[in-house]
Amino acid sequence: MQPLLKVQALSKSFNLRAGIFSRKRFAVLKNISFCLEQGETLAIIGETGSGKSTLAKLLAGADHADSGQILLDGNIIENNGIRNQQCRHIRMIFQDSEASLNPGLTIGDMLDDCLQYNTSLDKQTRGEKITTTLSKVGLLNDHQHYYPHMFSGGQLQRIALARALILDPKVVVLDEALSSLDPSVRAQTVNLLLKLQQDTGLSYILITHHLSLVRHISDQLVVLDHGEIVEYGKTEDIFQDPQSNVTQKLLSC
Amino acid sequence: MQLLDIRNLTIELQTPDTVIRAVDRVSLSLKEGEVHALVGESGSGKSLIAKAIVGVLNKRWHITADRMHWRGVDLMRLSNEQRRKIVGQDIAMIYQDPSRCLDPTAKIFDQIAETLPEIQEKGFFLKRNRQRKDRVKALIHKVGIKDHEKVLTSYPHELSEGVCQKVMIAMAIARTPKLLIADEPTTALESTTRAQVFRLLKSLNQLKNMSILMISHELEEIINWSHGMHVLYCGQMVEAGPTAKIFSQPRHPYTQALLKSLPDYEQGLAHKEPFYALKGTIPTLQHLPIGCRLGPRCPQAQRACVVTPKLTKQHGHSYACHFPLIKAMK
Repeated sequence: MQPLLKVQALSKSFNLRAGIFSRKRFAVLKNISFCLEQGETLAIIGETGSGKSTLAKLLAGADHADSGQILLDGNIIENNGIRNQQCRHIRMIFQDSEASLNPGLTIGDMLDDCLQYNTSLDKQTRGEKITTTLSKVGLLNDHQHYYPHMFSGGQLQRIALARALILDPKVVVLDEALSSLDPSVRAQTVNLLLKLQQDTGLSYILITHHLSLVRHISDQLVVLDHGEIVEYGKTEDIFQDPQSNVTQKLLSC
Repeated sequence: MQLLDIRNLTIELQTPDTVIRAVDRVSLSLKEGEVHALVGESGSGKSLIAKAIVGVLNKRWHITADRMHWRGVDLMRLSNEQRRKIVGQDIAMIYQDPSRCLDPTAKIFDQIAETLPEIQEKGFFLKRNRQRKDRVKALIHKVGIKDHEKVLTSYPHELSEGVCQKVMIAMAIARTPKLLIADEPTTALESTTRAQVFRLLKSLNQLKNMSILMISHELEEIINWSHGMHVLYCGQMVEAGPTAKIFSQPRHPYTQALLKSLPDYEQGLAHKEPFYALKGTIPTLQHLPIGCRLGPRCPQAQRACVVTPKLTKQHGHSYACHFPLIKAMK
């Protein structure tokens, strides 16, 4: 069976200034490959600077890789840094939902923009789509006319999720989206994510420091260290029996 | 000896329409060498309490308290200069947003050197300078920064959030204060560094007998090494007492919800099963419900809950609820 998302030999490096004229190449990601099935969650853990966020950006299409392929449903969507499709099927939720929403736009306008730029729906269907998406994440239709500052942190997280879900993506990338939340709000958000996964078969890529959460909601685990995958497998197996030193160190604290 | 003793601390904000009571009659006491945790959601007034103790809230906030004693001296009655002297010497605070709380125009070395106590320096100024450099270096190493050369000569904007946080911690522990108020010291750090910082704070607590008031929502870390815990909800103290007691027997529905939202707490929870969570969201400060502020979200709210519940105390464990949860005694 074809996996939903397949990443093959993805590499990325940045140019760093070494002297006045000389530049140094710094490899952030080296030869990353993994698969993700439909309705599953893949967690990525690692220390800061291990390339987790860069990987998230590459997957969501916010940045281009140097080499390697990303396949979605068997179709190549990125081949050696050339993106075929735009951000429709892989969407991303950022760490700070308050900062990632435009304060000058109402929620309805913001969601409408997503649809306008990415689909060819007419105005009425767009309105219906916004209503259904808002109810999906547990908000009311009236919230369309509100501005971001009128919401609390937990509701903003729901709005960020609504913005990701409105284009019916297949994969949602959560880059530290849960770690800045309070425990009870986090529990609510996790419940919502799990419910959506059960209902619609959404896949998640979860990037976080929160190990007990990783153990609870993820099926597969990737451990990154200095841009390389040191361990990849079933979450429960890795938690039970970590093989490499890096993983042992991460899990022990 | 009672190090810090606060009774009925109320913090209000005067707005054109009404007076907003952000912190409502919170009592808190801390003995020497104890670690206490202040737990609650964002917007529940944790940071306000910490800032009120240190005295850095601006004039818009109106602070009243029946008493706010620091080792027997009432801080509320002191003049600004006297208060600053006491607070500067004995209390240190790690602020929440490290990269914003550091001076953007000064290098890290100068900022840390400023906080060093000056008594221990001897000799001519060249020698003093060298001593100062060594001590700054030692402090920086203590909080786990390895390449001191680079960090000390850079400005805050050149460093990552995690390193800034460590610099803040180094500045706070430079004078070996009696009380360290740590306002979410580990939010920007990854798990290995977080463990390192907690180890450092723990060892300071044990070796130097430093008291710590931890403000955090990383409950997992707090469980292991704090002596006491105070749970706040929307500016009201809902439960306080020894940590072990609260964890084994939460009396307030909010505390229970908070504990149940931890993946580690409920062992029986199957993979991918939903957590227990209260319905609804935290009310904003402009629209606080009357009486018990948890009222509209509480699963067992009744008519009596429109009256603010009094703090009930039992064996050092106090809670504010009309209908406390009581486990069946064995």
